[in-house]
Amino acid sequence: MGILTFLIFWPALAALVLLFLPTRHAHRAGWIAAATAAIEWIASLWLWFGFVPGSGFQFVEHAQWIPRFGVAYQLGVDGISLLLVLLTTLLTLIGVASSFSAISASRKGYYASLLLLETGVIGAFCATDVFLFYVFWEAMLVPMYFLIGVWGGERRIYATIKFVLYTMAGSLLMLVAIIWMYQYGARSGAGTFNLSDWYGYSIPPSTQVWLFAAFALAFAIKVPMFPFHTWLPDAHVQAPAAGSVMLAGVLLKLGTYGFFRFAVPLFPQGYAALADTIWVLAVVGIVYGAVMTLIQSDVKSLIAYSSVSHLGFVMLGLSAMNLIGASGSVLQQINHGISTGALFLLVGMIYERRHTRQIDDYGGIYAVVPVFTSVFLIVALSSIGLPGTNGFVGEFLILLGAFAVRPIFTAVATVGIVLAAGYMLWMVRRVFFGTVTRPENEHIRDLGFRELAVVVPLVILIIWVGVYPRPFLDRINPDLQNWLQRVHASGPCPCGINKTTASTLVPFDTTGAIHPASGQDGGG
Amino acid sequence: MIQTAWLIPIFPLVAMAAIVLFTHRHRALSAGISIAAVSLSFLWGWSVAVSVWGDPTVHRMSFDWLNLGESMYIPIGIQIDGLTGMMLVVVTTVALMVQIYSLGYMRDDPRYSRYYAYLSLFTMAMLTLVLADNFFLMFVSWELVGLASYLLIGFWFEKQSAADAGKKAFITTRLGDLGFILGLLLLYTGCGTLTFQGVFSAVDSHVLSGGLLTIAGLCLFAGAVGKSAQVPLHVWLPDAMEGPTPVSALIHAATMVVAGVYLVARSMSIFLAADRAAMVVAWIGIITSVMAASIGLVQNDIKRVLAYSTVSQLGYMIMALGLGGFTAGTFHLMTHAFFKALLFLGAGSVIHAVHTNDIREMGGLHAKMKTTSITFLIAALAIAGVFPLSGFWSKDEIVAATLGHPIFTVLTLAVAFMTAFYMFRLYFLTFTGKPRDQHKFDHAHESPKTMTVPLQILAVLSVVSGWIGLPWLEHGFSSVVFHEHPHHPEFHVVWAFIAALVGLSGIGLAYMMYYKGSIDPERVRARATGLYTTLLNKYYFDEAYSVLFVRPYYTMCRGWFWFDQHAIDGAVNGLGRVSVAWSVFNRWFDETFVDGAVNGVGWLTRGFGAIVRHLQTGRVQNYAFIVFAALVVLWLLQ
Repeated sequence: MGILTFLIFWPALAALVLLFLPTRHAHRAGWIAAATAAIEWIASLWLWFGFVPGSGFQFVEHAQWIPRFGVAYQLGVDGISLLLVLLTTLLTLIGVASSFSAISASRKGYYASLLLLETGVIGAFCATDVFLFYVFWEAMLVPMYFLIGVWGGERRIYATIKFVLYTMAGSLLMLVAIIWMYQYGARSGAGTFNLSDWYGYSIPPSTQVWLFAAFALAFAIKVPMFPFHTWLPDAHVQAPAAGSVMLAGVLLKLGTYGFFRFAVPLFPQGYAALADTIWVLAVVGIVYGAVMTLIQSDVKSLIAYSSVSHLGFVMLGLSAMNLIGASGSVLQQINHGISTGALFLLVGMIYERRHTRQIDDYGGIYAVVPVFTSVFLIVALSSIGLPGTNGFVGEFLILLGAFAVRPIFTAVATVGIVLAAGYMLWMVRRVFFGTVTRPENEHIRDLGFRELAVVVPLVILIIWVGVYPRPFLDRINPDLQNWLQRVHASGPCPCGINKTTASTLVPFDTTGAIHPASGQDGGG
Repeated sequence: MIQTAWLIPIFPLVAMAAIVLFTHRHRALSAGISIAAVSLSFLWGWSVAVSVWGDPTVHRMSFDWLNLGESMYIPIGIQIDGLTGMMLVVVTTVALMVQIYSLGYMRDDPRYSRYYAYLSLFTMAMLTLVLADNFFLMFVSWELVGLASYLLIGFWFEKQSAADAGKKAFITTRLGDLGFILGLLLLYTGCGTLTFQGVFSAVDSHVLSGGLLTIAGLCLFAGAVGKSAQVPLHVWLPDAMEGPTPVSALIHAATMVVAGVYLVARSMSIFLAADRAAMVVAWIGIITSVMAASIGLVQNDIKRVLAYSTVSQLGYMIMALGLGGFTAGTFHLMTHAFFKALLFLGAGSVIHAVHTNDIREMGGLHAKMKTTSITFLIAALAIAGVFPLSGFWSKDEIVAATLGHPIFTVLTLAVAFMTAFYMFRLYFLTFTGKPRDQHKFDHAHESPKTMTVPLQILAVLSVVSGWIGLPWLEHGFSSVVFHEHPHHPEFHVVWAFIAALVGLSGIGLAYMMYYKGSIDPERVRARATGLYTTLLNKYYFDEAYSVLFVRPYYTMCRGWFWFDQHAIDGAVNGLGRVSVAWSVFNRWFDETFVDGAVNGVGWLTRGFGAIVRHLQTGRVQNYAFIVFAALVVLWLLQ
């Protein structure tokens, strides 16, 4: 059994045990889940250390599954998915550990759902067989459905049905496209769902457009890109804290990941035809999401709309179709998971104390909970991309990449950064600063040891990626280089401009301009 | 020393980390660590500055922060030349003075350790900013000083006004940073690098030129406009006075706000090559200078007068740089840092004594606090440009830089007049005359040694720091801090004389109005009520922004949110409802026709059966009858 199989099914196994746990032990469900997730996380570190940058899919596993239809159980990770898998195992561990005091009803089912969700997500990130991917992609909806629908807020049923139906409806066209692809392969030989084989297909451009659109719709809903985003605030507001952490931190990334892994490299010409649309939607999403936030009275829906804005940046980096932009985009997926995950976590912690998420119900609590406030401030600053935090590195690389291709679009997107500072600091101002306005806020407990232990790792990551992102980018980049070559190799450059302009714009005369600066005359 | 210059910002960084992680419960220890760290930076900074004094080589050290192929190469490092040396001296000196001064000023504050942690954070970021050898690192530290500024303005966050001011400062400067980011993107796209050396050599060799270069210059300048509080983004700086006064001295007078000036000075190659951008710089500078100085004439909050004075003097420096006066702008940056820090710390000493910012409640304080009064007077003389104090020399260079542009010269002199006037209005109203609030006066006292000693040191610097720019010096300021070529400043005796005279007449007018009383300020005010009200309300900038931008934006947000909820989400839910309606219809169809058909078949069968069953009654007579009838029919057919 390979490491990936272990990572996928170990949580599912534990979830099964949890479900059969005698009721008199139900209060131990949290600890069992935490131990499971901890082992999972430690095991996933193996990927980090064993990963060889630039050698394509690694930790590969292959087994027959339904040979009649060419369906295989086939797994692997590369630079695009590696960090997402690690993020998933970390956030699951954190989500489990943060739920001990928040969840008291039917613990067994709750933790089992969280662990099953982990199985689904990791499976989807690791699958290199499209059929297998689709199975995991749909399967993860089930635990999420229960997480929101059972342990959610007041309008949980509405939110969870909206979430599931919206996602499923979007996936149906993708399923059609997947079947079409299988048939296409079957015409000229044995039909297969093997992704690597699919990369080799040469599909007529006009067909590619339709196939791309079918895939893109499914992923765009998941990201979510404007205008498919309205399920997100509902789902976030209603979900329990750990559900929001997983939703924002990991599930949304499946959308962007889908673009990177499937939609764009499978149908580069289809992408090229629709690239303009994605540019526009990305930029609109950035500004639109940022504008929406200012009007929100619920902290969670504020963060949800800010996610729309941040994921617009991820899509912008993808649209740049150059190395800087793509690296920034992949890194920003991780960054958003860390920062927004941490924000939802913190909101959950304060919700446990006061049972409200309305901004107006707070005010001046800095004096009451200084540690909480400091941590929140760091995370909020990383969310708005302050230099020295992870958010800046990702956004800056994305902007560098995108600006070389479409300066005006990128300039508009940059406005999102200013708006972000506005809504975040305004929220911080109203929640934390000033004098304590309500008597019930005068004696809120500050963060306890367990809560600090849960959130500090994220803070460390925020600063680590912000100050020294090389270990992360070194793992991402080589594979992205190959990815770009694959995409660019097939026909016209899909970035919306022709290649000659791009090359005069981007890698400027590096020999002359850069090397004198690297310090031969230093240290005099 | 120069090889280890990278340590200069590391000391305060370590101090901050130590305070946050370990010593925040021990007030004295935290302050001690912070001051020890900044002292080390001070020693290192000064010795680096001394060793590059007169050494024309530029020292650089860098390492690859990101190196992922040739399209993505961002090295970061430090660069030391005369300008950096001067900035190191300014930043470390003022930072050290302010940190010592804060021992007394913040003594009773419950969040003492946090205060020193923030100060260390700021010092680290500011030192990184002046040491950076590239725009990228400069931008990073630029934002971090902004963060420190945000945290320190809002340090007393319980005060609504302080909390608002911090937010306003951060967001307003971020508006300028939008330009800075775009400038970075343009430079990187155009030059393929962000190191100063790489960018400037690309500019010199016309790789980046024309309109793009002008835009890049203006974008960078937008960052400077935000940070150095130039029109139209100056509105945050006066509000920033909500922070503790030593913070105002350090961040909002001497160091952070000059970062914009430093940025323009550093990018001189760009502005010299893009003369239209340079003209914009000069005009923004002089407009800011005139406007802020005129507002300063009528303010009654001691710190606000100084704040507008700062804005005005920053405008001076920016204007000088825009007109190509590199040495003039940077020289004034240095002298201004010392005397303005002194003015703020003096004001802090006064506020510490009388617990008010309002000069209408002061008066006669010279009797109570002689050291503060005398050092304040020295600083006021320096900023007024009185011979032979530092301001005289640097202001003379500024005037010299405007020669050839008569409008600028006239306006510069007008600002000099106003500056001298409001500064002495402030001095006379605060320290001389009769106390206007007897109670406050009675409780006033001279500040402790920790506060007065920094005042005295800065007073000395306010006097002598101009002397390194003396025109007849062999290795004067301009031979060390220069652009392209070291040079000797020309000393214009006539203009120096005129500028000094203008300053003295400003002092004279203030003397007559606020000391001797031979001109009644009330009557002057009555003569020009409209102008007075406009100035008192700072030209209504805040109100205009509120009406023009803030509220429309908020309205727009509401409108978009309505759109989001009703149009976009409405479409989603509408689609859902259509599906539901469709399935209701289907159910009806199903029940009526499909199920109807099934039931119909059953019904038909039953009906048929009901008829047919009459054939099978089980009675023999019936069967016999049917057989007989059938035989009859057959017979007839035949």
